[in-house]
Amino acid sequence: MNKLLAVLLHVCVCAAYGQTAEVAKFDELQKVLSSTNDTTYVVNFWATWCVPCVKEFPAFQDLAYKHRNEKVKLLMISLDFASEKDKTLIPFLAKHPIEAKVLLLDEPDYNFWIDKVDKAWGGEIPVTLMINGARGIHSFFDHDFTPQSLEETFTKTINKQQ
Amino acid sequence: MKKITRFQSFGAVALTLIGALLMSFAPGKSYKIGDNVADFKLKNTENGKYVSMASYPNAKGYIIVFTCNHCPFAKKYEQRIMSLDKKYAALGYPVIAISPNDPAVAPEDSYDELGKRAKEKGYTFPYTFDETQQVAQAFGATKTPHVFLINKEGGKLVLKYAGAIDDNTEDAAKVTKNYLADAITEVMAGKAVTVSETKSVGCTIKWKQS
Repeated sequence: MNKLLAVLLHVCVCAAYGQTAEVAKFDELQKVLSSTNDTTYVVNFWATWCVPCVKEFPAFQDLAYKHRNEKVKLLMISLDFASEKDKTLIPFLAKHPIEAKVLLLDEPDYNFWIDKVDKAWGGEIPVTLMINGARGIHSFFDHDFTPQSLEETFTKTINKQQ
Repeated sequence: MKKITRFQSFGAVALTLIGALLMSFAPGKSYKIGDNVADFKLKNTENGKYVSMASYPNAKGYIIVFTCNHCPFAKKYEQRIMSLDKKYAALGYPVIAISPNDPAVAPEDSYDELGKRAKEKGYTFPYTFDETQQVAQAFGATKTPHVFLINKEGGKLVLKYAGAIDDNTEDAAKVTKNYLADAITEVMAGKAVTVSETKSVGCTIKWKQS
């Protein structure tokens, strides 16, 4: 019974937030990295097993909600293992819905794509990118955020080259 | 009153100096490929004995693996690390595993827990604890697992490879590039290492919060 309730609740929450998590390849991410339109993408690399990532997750929930009516898109790139998606990522998102596109990046050869995200990145998570192709913004942050520091950094970054 | 002020300013200078000293351990100052590496002395969590690279006088080199108990990525690689030692210790390149995490942040990585894991799994290599985190800082280790291949050249310990073990954390059966093994093969053949550095995802080392 509890299980059924949990499943029902999951369905409701997902429906309410349109929460899905697709398994994606790097091409999908590359499109965002090289986009030229005037949309600001906030791209967070995280995983459910990463303690500081989970801790900063609410900051991204807040940011997405606050800027939901602006040309801002939040992309949560999960580095959870694709084979464990239903055990890790899906239950996490059911508990922590977020107004964001959630992609599980299934590219096991990390060495092939880490440099393409940012040369300064060694592969540790969490890291966050803020990019706007039209405004030439590409800022990389290799630390975690609090809701306050994320909002401040976001404002500072998108206003930098307006 | 004046004395106190002077003492305080002395304190500030001392703090700045300590800060500068700590900064010298920043990632930028860590070993680069081709650098001579200093030996270390760390306690083997299985038996309390100190381990150094010098503890293996007949080794041709060493596979230094920064790993830990708690990290899912380290767990995925545990069996592969055990296999590496089985294969390469006989060829002169033994594994020395080092857990650099602060147990205050990751309790599963305490000295006792590390030793327990090594015994349970029957590690054939020492599982040491880098309590001061100075070895991890010197090597520029940032995550677990993070491997470093050392080769003995004319009595010097030279860093030949740094990065990932292979190109598939999730599934050992799907590995297509054995980065570390390829580097060892090249080093043993006296060749330059083609891919001497790789980047990978892992759990960040849990540094002490001072």
